[in-house]
Amino acid sequence: MSNDRATSTPFTKGLGFFVVLGIALLIILGIFVSPADVNQGESVRIMYAHVPGAWLAYLAFVMTAVSSAAYLWKRTRSLTWDRIAGASAEVGVLFMGISLVTGSLWGRLTWGTYWTWDARLTTTAFLFVTYIGYLAVRGLGGTHQQRARRSAVLALLAVLEIPLVHFSVELWNTLHQEASVAGRGTDVEMNGLMLFTLFLGVVVFTLMYIWLVLHRQRSLMLEDMLDDSGLDHALSERRAEATQAGH
Amino acid sequence: MSNASQQRFTGTTVIGTARLIAAKDLRVELRSRVLLNQVLPFALIVMVMFAFALDSDAVLERVAPGLVWLAAMFSTLIMVSRSFAVETADGALDQLRSAGVPAMGIFIGKMMALMAQLVVLVTLLILTAVVLYRAELSWAGSVLLVTTGLTATCGLAAVGTLYGGLAAGAKGRETLLPLLLLPVVAPVLIGATRATESAFGTRGVSTGQGWPWLGLLAVFAVLFSVSGAVAFGPLLDD
Amino acid sequence: MSTVSHGHDPASLEPVVDLCDAVAVLGSFPALAGATMTVQRGEIVLLSGPNGAGKTTLLRLCAGLVALERGRGRVLGVDLANDRELVRHRVGMIGHSNGLYGDLTVTENVRFWGRTVGASESEIGLAVSRMGLDGRLAHLPVSRLSAGQRRRTALAGLVARRAELWLLDEPHAGLDAGGRDELDSVLKMAATAGATVIVASHELERAGKLATRQVEVIAGQVRKVAGL
Repeated sequence: MSNDRATSTPFTKGLGFFVVLGIALLIILGIFVSPADVNQGESVRIMYAHVPGAWLAYLAFVMTAVSSAAYLWKRTRSLTWDRIAGASAEVGVLFMGISLVTGSLWGRLTWGTYWTWDARLTTTAFLFVTYIGYLAVRGLGGTHQQRARRSAVLALLAVLEIPLVHFSVELWNTLHQEASVAGRGTDVEMNGLMLFTLFLGVVVFTLMYIWLVLHRQRSLMLEDMLDDSGLDHALSERRAEATQAGH
Repeated sequence: MSNASQQRFTGTTVIGTARLIAAKDLRVELRSRVLLNQVLPFALIVMVMFAFALDSDAVLERVAPGLVWLAAMFSTLIMVSRSFAVETADGALDQLRSAGVPAMGIFIGKMMALMAQLVVLVTLLILTAVVLYRAELSWAGSVLLVTTGLTATCGLAAVGTLYGGLAAGAKGRETLLPLLLLPVVAPVLIGATRATESAFGTRGVSTGQGWPWLGLLAVFAVLFSVSGAVAFGPLLDD
Repeated sequence: MSTVSHGHDPASLEPVVDLCDAVAVLGSFPALAGATMTVQRGEIVLLSGPNGAGKTTLLRLCAGLVALERGRGRVLGVDLANDRELVRHRVGMIGHSNGLYGDLTVTENVRFWGRTVGASESEIGLAVSRMGLDGRLAHLPVSRLSAGQRRRTALAGLVARRAELWLLDEPHAGLDAGGRDELDSVLKMAATAGATVIVASHELERAGKLATRQVEVIAGQVRKVAGL
């Protein structure tokens, strides 16, 4: 780390530059240059924010789970993994929120409803709530190790429950015929430029995720260091008293 | 380390611990009667409130299975809370850990005790549904119903004990537990409700259609019983 | 139900607690910064020292609840660096809370703790009566007892568990004068019966009658005070 108080490095500065560039390009392509859809018209443009957002949310979730496992496994135990898990979860919650809101708007524009109970959407909503719970548990206090262990176990349990939730909702939906009717006649036909823009969106969002997690992970480390240094300071003060008080 | 880990379980086995803890939990319940005097009345009131809110006999009969399991979920929250309040009131859980009692045994014991109480609760709720909401139960359906009840309560007990342990002794645990637990038990709610519908024959659903849901419930119960047994130790560790 | 045998010979002269420059860490805070202490079987040792000096951490280290970061430590023959989980069921630690179930009676609580090590009914009954809790008291729910009686119930649990090393963190706190006298006589009896007792306490005048030796903990290190 070059500077004790800043969270950026030459790498993140360069990355950030590309992210901004990418977002600008995405906006230009997505909103102005790429064609409107045959079926959905202009409202298809929400896809360029929604799909990458959803992809990001799941990537962040997987990253949190992987970092949590890395923390729990003795050979790779390090609080850095815990902080990456936490940072990833925060960014993930953000993108999940974006994904849910944009998805809801998109649904309203194309099918007339803000919400539908299909498996993917419902599972995303559950994932959202689960991660808010995860962040709440991270805020419970205690030593850094206790926080790390509790949240790591929770993240892995989430990995277990999400497929279960997805599967149950899907099973539940096969009873509801309406789910298969929606979407017919409103499918998006993708031409080359649209695909490229979508792909660009995914790449840009991924870079943005990396940038955000790197920064957030470092600021979490600084927070932890602040906790520790306060104690170190008090300790050395007290030790000094003890030696003065007499051997 | 393998010799040491063999010796870890001598002195107190996991099964022995589980039996001891389950017996203790049930004895505390027998003595304090919290389930009897507080949780069951709460569950009944919830069922009555549903009736007020929904205000239509036809609707009630249709959604009766869902209401039973909703009331069961809410009651599970307070039962889990109570189960761990007993442990943290005087630092008993800490003592158990410091005494070297195997955490897996603690988990299994508390889960068994919780499941026993949940079985009592769910039985009462189903009877209430039959009475209040005029649901009708076929004889073929009762096998499905009993199996559903047992599997679903097993899953609820496993998840409840696990998350209860996580939240135990933490500040803000009363509000944290529902936030953590309710999303996780969604598959149980879905599966148990659909299976119960089949058992009751509500909305013309036949009994045969309920068995796949039972599969879902069984997977849930097994997954969380195993994860709980494994994860409980690290969760409690200092 | 087999028991761990690790230097379990009562005639052994091996010290019950043998710490050498022990360092224990809470988070990254070195709560114990090089503690050296030896305790022989049957001793009653008083740990004195200001708040935050590391007395509780020292007790928890001996209980196998805290990892040994540096230095050497053996408790009841168990190496704290590698096998500290194995010492837990031979050691009893009672802090500010008692670890009791309020709705259960004294006997039921003691029986619960005794059963975690497979104690027999007679051992449990003996533990209860040794702590002066038999008769009417034995069948009262613990929530109805006085603070001193509850403390003694917790100690009866230690007896029933056959704990060889008793670690007590401020056991006199919350007790009235009568309760404190009871506690002291009970601890002396336990030591006579073969247990080793380490008490962290602020009660210096009283502890002088109770303890065989006083040891001071300052800033995570141990300073010896003359024996009593």
